[in-house]
Amino acid sequence: MSLVEYSAHELKQLLVSGEITSIELTQALLDQIGTYDDHLGAFLHIDAERALARAADIDHRRQAGKPLGPLAGLPVAVKDVLCDQDGPTTCASRMLQSFRPPYDATVVARLKAADAVLIGRTNMDEFAMGGSTENSAFQVTRNPWDPGRIPGGSSGGAATCVAARMAPLSIGTDTGGSIRQPAGLCGVVGMKPTYGRVSRYGLIAFASSLDQVGPLARTTRDAALLLETIAGHDPHDATSLEVPVPAYSHSLEQPLAGLRLGIVREHFAAGLDPSIEEAIRQAVEVYQSLGATIQEISLPHSKYAVATYYVIAPSEASSNLARYDGVHYGHRTDESQLQAELNARRQQLQAAGDERGLDQLDNGLVRMYRLSRAEGFGPEVKRRIMLGTYALSAGYYDAYYLKALKVRRLIRQDFDAAFGQVDLIASPVTPSVAYRLGEMVDDPLAMYLVDLYTVSANLAGLPSISLPCGFTREWLPIGLQLQAPPLEELRLLRGAHMYEQATDWHKRQPALVRQRHTGV
Amino acid sequence: MPETSTHPYTTVIGLEVHVQLATRSKLFCGCSTQFGAEPNTQTCPVCIGMPGTLPVLNRSAFALALKTAIALNCHIPEFTKWDRKQYYYPDLPKGYQISQYDLPMSVDGFLEISDPLEPYAPLRIGIIRAHLEEDAGKSIHDEVAGRADSEIDLNRTGTPLLEIVSEPDLRSPAASRIFLQELKLLLTYLGVSDCNMQEGSLRVDANVNLHLEANGQRVATPIVEIKNMNSFRAVQRALEYEASRQYRVWQETGQQLGQASKQTRGWDEAAGLTRPQRSKEESSDYRYLPDPDLVPITTSPAQVEQIRQSLGELPSALRARLVREGNLSDYDANVLINQGQELVDYYQAVAAKCNDPKTAANWVTQEVLRELKEREMTIAQIPIPAECLADLIHAIQQGQLPGTRAREVFTLMLNDQITAAEAIGKLGIEQVDESDLVALCQELIDANPKIVADVQGGKQQAIGALIGQAKKKNPNVDPGRVRSICLELAMKS
Amino acid sequence: MTALSRNDVEKVALLARLQLTDAELDTMTAQLGQILGYVDLLAEVDTTDVEPMAHAVELCNVFATDQVMPSLPRERALANAPRDNGRGYLVPAVLGD
Ligand SMILES: [Zn+2]
Repeated sequence: MSLVEYSAHELKQLLVSGEITSIELTQALLDQIGTYDDHLGAFLHIDAERALARAADIDHRRQAGKPLGPLAGLPVAVKDVLCDQDGPTTCASRMLQSFRPPYDATVVARLKAADAVLIGRTNMDEFAMGGSTENSAFQVTRNPWDPGRIPGGSSGGAATCVAARMAPLSIGTDTGGSIRQPAGLCGVVGMKPTYGRVSRYGLIAFASSLDQVGPLARTTRDAALLLETIAGHDPHDATSLEVPVPAYSHSLEQPLAGLRLGIVREHFAAGLDPSIEEAIRQAVEVYQSLGATIQEISLPHSKYAVATYYVIAPSEASSNLARYDGVHYGHRTDESQLQAELNARRQQLQAAGDERGLDQLDNGLVRMYRLSRAEGFGPEVKRRIMLGTYALSAGYYDAYYLKALKVRRLIRQDFDAAFGQVDLIASPVTPSVAYRLGEMVDDPLAMYLVDLYTVSANLAGLPSISLPCGFTREWLPIGLQLQAPPLEELRLLRGAHMYEQATDWHKRQPALVRQRHTGV
Repeated sequence: MPETSTHPYTTVIGLEVHVQLATRSKLFCGCSTQFGAEPNTQTCPVCIGMPGTLPVLNRSAFALALKTAIALNCHIPEFTKWDRKQYYYPDLPKGYQISQYDLPMSVDGFLEISDPLEPYAPLRIGIIRAHLEEDAGKSIHDEVAGRADSEIDLNRTGTPLLEIVSEPDLRSPAASRIFLQELKLLLTYLGVSDCNMQEGSLRVDANVNLHLEANGQRVATPIVEIKNMNSFRAVQRALEYEASRQYRVWQETGQQLGQASKQTRGWDEAAGLTRPQRSKEESSDYRYLPDPDLVPITTSPAQVEQIRQSLGELPSALRARLVREGNLSDYDANVLINQGQELVDYYQAVAAKCNDPKTAANWVTQEVLRELKEREMTIAQIPIPAECLADLIHAIQQGQLPGTRAREVFTLMLNDQITAAEAIGKLGIEQVDESDLVALCQELIDANPKIVADVQGGKQQAIGALIGQAKKKNPNVDPGRVRSICLELAMKS
Repeated sequence: MTALSRNDVEKVALLARLQLTDAELDTMTAQLGQILGYVDLLAEVDTTDVEPMAHAVELCNVFATDQVMPSLPRERALANAPRDNGRGYLVPAVLGD
């Protein structure tokens, strides 16, 4: 078996026992990336030299018997949305193409402190807006199970690199499903922790009240290992929770005795792919066979979740992205061309005696803002900025933004009531499997509606996990989503682990990468 | 309302004051708030608004704001939150200012001032609200090689400001100035701000219009906001100018409130007039939204009460007491109060010990303040305890120390950190016996017949030379006594 | 909710400091209209006496100590500036004020 196929947990044992070195492991993954990533496009930047130097340093420290962090020598891929002062952080946007952060995100700092080897920066939808990674300004990422299809998004690179065995662990972010949905579509484990469980400091904001950092891996045990490294209170993030972090990976194996599993009446409606519905029902049967009782529950406001989300997220985004104005960092338009165009236009208007036109003509500064932003942002980002600006503008605030904040509370209250009756809620991750590249580009609303199962956890701040639970006839992965009450990550992981132990979906490899390694 | 001014109108004024709070670090990051640093040397990823950064509220900033609001008799709601006020400007790096919109930390207060038209009658000026917000940076115009640029300095970005908005209760430019003076006194006394207008730690905008009678009906002129006033005197002048300008415009156009949109005008100090400032119509759509990065603050009535108790006597009451008990002038009392509570405490200790408040006030407001300034010290650092200064004053009162040498003694006390008695001893100052003094004067008269002749001839000022000689022979002599004794002896001889 | 006009979209584009081409304005008007049409679904929810929920986890009273921490050296602060003069960020002249 090639090194790239082992789980992080297994690799950790091999590293600790000295059977392998971090250099060997890092090199094996770099080779895997070299073989597949030109085609799959999961990574935006790889700094092989830095990664190998880091691995060498950790190997030396291990040989010298020095104390090492919990991820010592394990390669981790990081979504290009978390600031790292050792390289570029672009958010897959032209706006930040040349941005070099002068500081580390708390999550990045914790990974470094845990002696992880940061192997590369993964592709994403620009500013994490989208569900297909097609909105990256730089490259397409392909689904390893069918390279003609999307890997999901926005953490598409993060899911692809784990599925294609290019990294055992990767960090994603989830604002409306951006970890769980690509994890589901790529057949890996992805988890969004409770809002506030992981620091957002250094996470380039999309929608601050919804964004959360989380792990992607091939097993729940690996996800637990990565989560316990990055979770915990951070004084730099006022919304981070001051609650101790349990050692998730240690008590993972205890099954949940007397588990009450909820399934949501409203989830099984028209629009859900029958093969997905079938897979979810079978997963529920697995739980039943493990002793769980199944209870049908109702989340009466779930039908409003997507509408609520697509008011709140763009509103916050329009504000968070106002800072990209080409003044202090980021892309700025060509100023001499701008001035020439403005002058020409002014002369034109003067010649025509158009007083009103002259009055309305942007000054140099306003035009600089507008052109810099128009050139720096892609269409989906612009669409959301426009939507959010409109929803917050005078006269519309109450009808859109304020209304959405109120419905958000009703959605949360639905969950509070539901968790009075059940311990976990099971559901699909997506209503359909990975679609073909380019299929939805011109229909933003249809694309938004795909988020119906995932956005509620963000609105309510709940932890939620996606894990492999089957395949379609075309070997496209299907994900099972579990949701738990706030801060019940351990319950969620234990529940997921129970299922994982009883099934082998998580062991399947995409044909693309399997061919090469069979027989090794 | 009573028309007590000589104008055919009443000037109605509301003030909006921004005060920089005296914290060490900025409102949402650890950068220093020190004034005068080189451009862009006091910034960090947070106050530059770099991608991914988050604000965390400075505890002291909120505490200072709360203290001020309570001293301004404001109601403190139990719940307050943070909002983003969104607009684009190069000195606002996030594209929004963190401020407070619909649930400010304090509302409905007042400040009492004395009526300039009827001295000693207190006027209660309402405070609509006082809220905390972050400051923006600075744009400096920079002409380089024919190309017009602005240079942006973000040192000031994120400095904590308290915005205090008064009701339109002020009825004259003079009253507005008094309001500002009283507010400054309160803020400096509480130590919440240094209120230095030159350094921008206190900034004032004014809203003004006129109420007048036309055809038996009360009418109001359109409201104008005035900016760019850099001193309290400038505020008064700008308001006086603006009131007469509005009256002139009203006479010409008859335009009333509601018939024209609110105008913003800038005060031009050199030209002594206000000029209209351009503002785009869309700029007023600030698209406020609750800041998701910051959490709300709760303050219980018990906490408010505790702070109220700790405030003690506030400047207006304190001034009244100092004037009443110590027979000080309003001016001297204000000078003391302006320096803050510690100096007032020091003064009170000196006054109590020497039992002469007036003299104590003179010493503290003159010698002590001058030395503090020269030595860049605070009152807490002064090596002369209040009792020692009182002893010095006492020695003068007892005639043990000639008034002319008191400053010398004071300086030595400061330099050598010794008591008044020690300093007097060290300088060899001792009481000169009256008979010794007469003998000394007689000696001088005998030795200077020319001077005696001059004095007898009516040139009394000639005696001055003898005073100098007397001081050389014995530095402890009282020059006044020498003068009168010598004059007497000269006339007799 | 009233329909969104192209003129409305133009105004929002100025507020958002985006320069949109004529073609983008057309597409944006259609797409925003469609999305807002869907979002209007919220109007049917009875939210009487419901408090708005602006945070996913509702914490209170989080503070930092008033303590000066090192700032960035100026070169590092200005390192990402699109245009600067070594002292400050440069932008086309700020008019008025
Ligand atoms: Zn700072």
